[in-house]
Amino acid sequence: MTADSPILELKGINKSFGAVHVLHDVDLTVMPGQVTALVGDNGAGKSTLIKGIAGIYSFDSGDYFFEGKRAQVHDPKDANALGIEVVYQDLALCDNLDVVHNMFLGREETKAGTLDEIDMEKRATDTLKGLSVRTLKSVRQQVSSLSGGQRQTVAIARAVLWNSKMVILDEPTAALGVAQTEQVLNLVRRLADNGLGVILISHNMNDVMQVADSVACLYLGQMAAQVQISEVDHSSIVELITMGRSGDIGIQLDDAMTGDVA
Amino acid sequence: MSNHQTTDVDIPEAGDRGGIGMAVGDYFSRVKGGDVGSLPAVLGLVVLFLLFTALKPDTFFSFFNFANLLNQSAAIIVLAMGLVFVLLLGEIDLSAGFTAGTAAAVLAVALSNWGLAWPLALLVGLLTGTVIGLFIGSLVARLGIPSFVVTLAMFLALQGVMLLIIGEGGTIRLRSDVLLAIMNQNMPLWAGWLMWALVIGGYLLVSWRAIAGRRKAGLRSTATSVWIAKALSLAVLLGVLVFVLNQQRQIVRPGKESCPSVGEAPVGCIPVIEGVPWAVLVVLVLVVGLTFVLGRTPFGRHVYAVGGNAEASRRAGINVKMIKIYCFMIGSTLAAVAGVLLASRDNSVSPTTGGAQTLLFAVGAAVIGGTSLFGGKGKVMDAVVGGLVIAVIANGLPLITQQSGIQFVVTGFVLLVAAGVDAISRKRASAT
Repeated sequence: MTADSPILELKGINKSFGAVHVLHDVDLTVMPGQVTALVGDNGAGKSTLIKGIAGIYSFDSGDYFFEGKRAQVHDPKDANALGIEVVYQDLALCDNLDVVHNMFLGREETKAGTLDEIDMEKRATDTLKGLSVRTLKSVRQQVSSLSGGQRQTVAIARAVLWNSKMVILDEPTAALGVAQTEQVLNLVRRLADNGLGVILISHNMNDVMQVADSVACLYLGQMAAQVQISEVDHSSIVELITMGRSGDIGIQLDDAMTGDVA
Repeated sequence: MSNHQTTDVDIPEAGDRGGIGMAVGDYFSRVKGGDVGSLPAVLGLVVLFLLFTALKPDTFFSFFNFANLLNQSAAIIVLAMGLVFVLLLGEIDLSAGFTAGTAAAVLAVALSNWGLAWPLALLVGLLTGTVIGLFIGSLVARLGIPSFVVTLAMFLALQGVMLLIIGEGGTIRLRSDVLLAIMNQNMPLWAGWLMWALVIGGYLLVSWRAIAGRRKAGLRSTATSVWIAKALSLAVLLGVLVFVLNQQRQIVRPGKESCPSVGEAPVGCIPVIEGVPWAVLVVLVLVVGLTFVLGRTPFGRHVYAVGGNAEASRRAGINVKMIKIYCFMIGSTLAAVAGVLLASRDNSVSPTTGGAQTLLFAVGAAVIGGTSLFGGKGKVMDAVVGGLVIAVIANGLPLITQQSGIQFVVTGFVLLVAAGVDAISRKRASAT
């Protein structure tokens, strides 16, 4: 596989919940080694799209290609098997366990039926070092004692621990201060630099402009545009989010009006 | 905690942690951060022990009462161990006391009415507990009925089951010398010391292997001095226990002579009582086994995870429902073990076996020991420390006052204090 071929390619994805048609013929391309920002206003369908990618929902129709091959993803385990990991907004960490325990949660290494703490601690430390994480005092710290940025770091490190090929990050900087946002964005960048495909969901245009290679904008369930970050600026992304078009990119007005929008 | 907030420090390189001084410092900073663990219970135990000793030096502080105290606490401790599993999930089992009673009743009936051999009858009794746990766990995990309600219902229903098994107002004798011996007989003196040697040797071996493994892998590990200090304190503590229990503790009244421990006993003499009660061995084996399960197996890890964040555990692929069901099964099986101990102590099973304050004492023991009512925090050892605190109160107070009203009030108050400490330490931990 070359860096020129997409790691994930979605074509003509549709998804309805009852009478509500949430996703209309959505296309999405994620390149390895790049950060693809997924933006859109509340209710535009971002969550539905990533939950479909992650296997929590099944898409009604459309094609799902992973590494150029058609994939059937109907269960989170299918997505994990492909090498897709999701870092959810609420992080899903156990406060009462330490960093190593959280990183291996549900997939503990064992030796003769007992936990292989040494192997897990080494792998966790190696993964954190590989991501140049310098913000943790000890990998044996309880997660309850970590700051928001450190928690986000642990959640992201957990996602890449499993030789994953694509990581989906749901608003990783939403609750963070300036310095911690910077740390997490650097980490996101490093994921891509390590060759992973990264989907970054964000409401923060500064984050998107800083870290993303391309930006995909959902507008009322349609993919308004997916463009390289160099082709757009801050205000045109905002226009894409709020109106679905900006100049000659995005959905043309008559298209936008004809969709049976929820 | 502010002095622990380092934002730009490397993950420390390999190497041992400092000596004992640093280990003590680490411990105090953990306590300040809200992770008090068993500390209040241990302090409480020491204070209560000194208090009762000062007030009643003759009766409370005697070899006889010391062994008596351990026997009194055994059933509560085992019941509390089972509750630790349930409490770790953030659930509660109010029916554990009568699960113990029901299992004991089944055991007694199996021995006397069905004429089963004691190992078989014991198995049937313990399985009774397991099945009750399966039933409770399934209702809680699969149907989603709050455990409070399910076990409150079982609290009532199992009382009825016991009455049906035993018959109104009746009692059934426990017809098994082996099972009666658990609470009424003592280990030979040498067996007590053998137990001591095995525990200390096992501890040294297991902990040293862990330390050596970590050093070989280049990870931070406990300093040798800390390891030796820990092993020494354990050896001394357990050694004192065995030594004291190996003393002749029969109270010999003036004018009577005590029998020799070996050989034919002359008529009219008072038999010698010495040695570690078998119940201590039962508790010890359970503590070691269950601590291993909770601390060293994936199952144990998942129990903590579900108690800490059930949704995160589910997303991590842990079968949350099965973990819950297993924990209730373990809890009720241990309750059945406690039932056997209760029956052994009373020599019989009656409709009040496992009733009265038994359950509240056990919940109190777990919580006083440091197991959180909010789930996710607790150890098997908590049940032992807390159970001893409860037993000291239950044993010492009647020596001071005969008024059971005061005893209830004091015990209730201690439980409240323990739950208060739990709530405050939780607040502290989340504030940092």
